Amino acid sequence: MLTLKFRHTAKRRLSGKQDSGIIGVVASGNLEVLLERVLPAAECEIEIATPVTGYDETWKAVIDEFVERFSPGGLRISINDGGARPDTVFLRLMQGCALMEKV
Amino acid sequence: MEDAAIYAQASWFQATARQRIEGLLDLNSFTEFLGPSERVQSPHLHLFDLPSAFDDGVVIGRGKLDGNDVLVAAQEGQFMGGTFAEVSGAKIVGLVRAARDHKELPQTVLLLLDSGGVRLQEANAGELVVAELMRAIVQARSAGVAVIALVGGKAGAFGGAGLTAATCSRIAVSEEGRIAVSGPEVIETNKGVEEFDSKNKALVWSTDGGKNRRLIGGADAFAEDSMEGFRTAAKTLLAKVPAFDLKTMQAEQKRLAERQEKFGACDDAVSMWRILDIKDPEAIRDMDSKDFAALATSIKESNHDAR
Repeated sequence: MLTLKFRHTAKRRLSGKQDSGIIGVVASGNLEVLLERVLPAAECEIEIATPVTGYDETWKAVIDEFVERFSPGGLRISINDGGARPDTVFLRLMQGCALMEKV
Repeated sequence: MEDAAIYAQASWFQATARQRIEGLLDLNSFTEFLGPSERVQSPHLHLFDLPSAFDDGVVIGRGKLDGNDVLVAAQEGQFMGGTFAEVSGAKIVGLVRAARDHKELPQTVLLLLDSGGVRLQEANAGELVVAELMRAIVQARSAGVAVIALVGGKAGAFGGAGLTAATCSRIAVSEEGRIAVSGPEVIETNKGVEEFDSKNKALVWSTDGGKNRRLIGGADAFAEDSMEGFRTAAKTLLAKVPAFDLKTMQAEQKRLAERQEKFGACDDAVSMWRILDIKDPEAIRDMDSKDFAALATSIKESNHDAR
């Protein structure tokens, strides 16, 4: 298993009132994303566990783009990956933010 | 509200365990126990270089069904085939035992089974937990708890999940739900293709599928493949749960003995349906859910006071 950790400074706190949320399932070509509002408003941590090696740069690119576009400040995001494609990863991250933004 | 109406029609078969709980229970009534943030996950899967799930593929908690308090456990069939393992199984066993021992908890347990059986990577723990679960269900039932199995997921209810279903007070199944112990491939591997051709999907689905299970009394309600369908089936079953006593056990023994005698010589589902005096047994496969549910309700073998 490969573990990747990313730490970002976000432009702002992700809005909404939910303390945690989970989306997706660990299945082939899918992933689960657990989001927890446990960090200071300007920080964001993302930890990925994946059985697929050799895609570190792709993960970094997806996460960079996600943080830039959604500014998930305050969130610790944990991912269990089942070999999902980058578009699926991005979709789940967006769905996860939508869950957290609920009031 | 329009969203809620659309969601009620969403497919149970296609949904995740969490979506099923949301669709089954009253709106926003669910409270999860040992949620994903607690990271109660498999201690073994990483040894096989396999990804874990934060909830180990089982969601447990309490909520309301039509205003009544219920406990719920849902298996995630898409994660490792919804399998029984050390943690995933212990969560369900713990829930059933809690209902057994604590009268202040809801005295109804809904088991949303979606499982191929025991997780091979944790097989010893998995086998043990299936035995523990069957025992816990029987003890809970004798303490007055109603345990209802709902089967309509992608993995069906095979192996330990099939055994578990058989110990419940009542079972609801959809056309897509399959209930059995040995899966089709297992039977073919052990007994040969003449015994059961696992490639013959029509044969497999007509034998293990929900329609046959309902007709021969292996399930007590036929649910449409939707959130609303299973909600309705669960409510119907809860209205009439058999007492767990000697009389029920004797009735169950009698029912199973009669079934064996009646269908023992049949070599496929259609020949069983013919014995049930169904006018056009070939038409059962293509019959829509509403017509089929009505037909099943009119057949003696499908409706009994046993189990």
